[in-house]
Amino acid sequence: MNLSHDFFAFAYLVASIMFIFGLKGLSHPKTALRGNRFSMLGMGFAIVVTLFHPNVSNYGIIVGGLAAGAVIGVPLAMRIKMTAMPQLVAALHSFVGLAAVLVASGTYLMHVQDGHINAVLLTELVAGSAIGAVTFTGSLIAFGKLQAILGSAPLIFKGQHALNALLIGAIVVLSALFAYDHNVTLFVAVTAIALLLGFLLVLPIGGSDMPVVVSMLNSYSGWAASATGFTLNNQLLIATGALVGSSGAILSYIMCKAMNRSLMNVILGGFGTTVEAAAADAAQKSCRSASTEDAAFMFENASSVIVVPGYGMAVAQAQHAVKELYEQLHSRGVEVKFAIHPVAGRMPGHMNVLLAESEIPYDSVLELEEINPDFARADAVLVIGANDVVNPAARTNKASPLYGMPILEAYKSKMVYVIKRSMNPGYSGVENDLFYLDNCSLIFGDAKKVCEGLVNCLKAN
Amino acid sequence: MSPTMTAIYVFTLACFVGYHVIWGVTPALHTPLMAVTNAISAILVIGAMLVAGSPQASQSLWIQVLGFFAVMLAAINIFGGFVVTNRILAMFKKK
Repeated sequence: MNLSHDFFAFAYLVASIMFIFGLKGLSHPKTALRGNRFSMLGMGFAIVVTLFHPNVSNYGIIVGGLAAGAVIGVPLAMRIKMTAMPQLVAALHSFVGLAAVLVASGTYLMHVQDGHINAVLLTELVAGSAIGAVTFTGSLIAFGKLQAILGSAPLIFKGQHALNALLIGAIVVLSALFAYDHNVTLFVAVTAIALLLGFLLVLPIGGSDMPVVVSMLNSYSGWAASATGFTLNNQLLIATGALVGSSGAILSYIMCKAMNRSLMNVILGGFGTTVEAAAADAAQKSCRSASTEDAAFMFENASSVIVVPGYGMAVAQAQHAVKELYEQLHSRGVEVKFAIHPVAGRMPGHMNVLLAESEIPYDSVLELEEINPDFARADAVLVIGANDVVNPAARTNKASPLYGMPILEAYKSKMVYVIKRSMNPGYSGVENDLFYLDNCSLIFGDAKKVCEGLVNCLKAN
Repeated sequence: MSPTMTAIYVFTLACFVGYHVIWGVTPALHTPLMAVTNAISAILVIGAMLVAGSPQASQSLWIQVLGFFAVMLAAINIFGGFVVTNRILAMFKKK
């Protein structure tokens, strides 16, 4: 079949529109599944249409690659635990990055064979490869940190920023030389430097800043797709890559704002290494601890309770125990709401997914702005494995590194219970003033065990 | 207008569309948003197919190998990304 270029251009336009509808569906949980079907349809359509492209004549490799991807991808997605979603997303980002490098290299070889080489094309190819390479290795490091293969502590050494700046400079200069000179060694060199840069950019970023990193890499994977679109002069790749790129960029912005930090500040890394002074005066203060029985009694007799989940809930896999607690209280006529901070967990929306997984109705799960006015009226708050996001020092203590960060105002409620494994400070290393307030009690123990304990106490009554 | 200029037009306008659409996404669905953008960034598969299936590939083992792995990696993202997004969104559907 010999179809015109305009036919393909039009088909790709249809696919882009389907992706836009797909993303638009995510504006509400009710329309989201339908939206996802649009996106899938768009992808399927684009792939099928491409099979008829005049430049596609070998089907064996394509079908083999697609089949292999399905065989690996589907079981992976079916089996992954919801608590491990951040790792999966990081791993998938790395694949997009590597695929972009491979496509750029392959396209380059094709054009060398044909002799269709010009400076614009060479620039686009080397840019596509470089962006892909940074995405690839950066995502690998993020994956390693999230999967706890690597330590989550930021790795910082002297001259780090100077080195990164030097590498970026080298990429720009060598890319320009490649476009001018067309020497394949330069293409390889730029890609290699970009691979190294990806490692170096993510290594200094600590575990609690992972939501920003994951969002940023999401953005890079989009730009990598766009850059590939430029090399192939394919508008579908350009448009879709731009959609994904801006999505990741917006998420990074939201995450940074939720931490009251600039993107540069996060990228340069090393948060939490400069605060020793705060811990010094902690020894003089005292906090009270409570038993699960006390807490269960308080919750049972409350008319409204707010639960603040954090990364600790994910680590302890406590979401199902939390759901049981929710049911116990709900059946007794206690109003239970959940308060989600934008950076709770290791990726945007992490807590919402865990709560949805345990079948807690999403309309009782509220965002920071919606829930904050309710804390003052709440009879009791239960903080499960969250720390910095409820630290009142962000409001009151100008010397605190957290100062200015928007927080969940748990401290305003009549009674706050915090489930904690130990007295260790949060990931930022900042002492939490909440623990020393008169209306706060700590319940020491694993988040899941404590929640189960609370449920048992309620059932016994 | 040169093809490169057309491409720049498409890119810029798509960024604006993305900006407006993404701000409309409810924060509760930010994780599925990442999962699905992951899947659709694998639209790169089109590029991979144009490499793997090209007439040039039949003359070069290198291009075949690069093309195969590019298609496979993108396909892992497509299948993995869409399936996991579906799984997550199904959880939100239950009430």
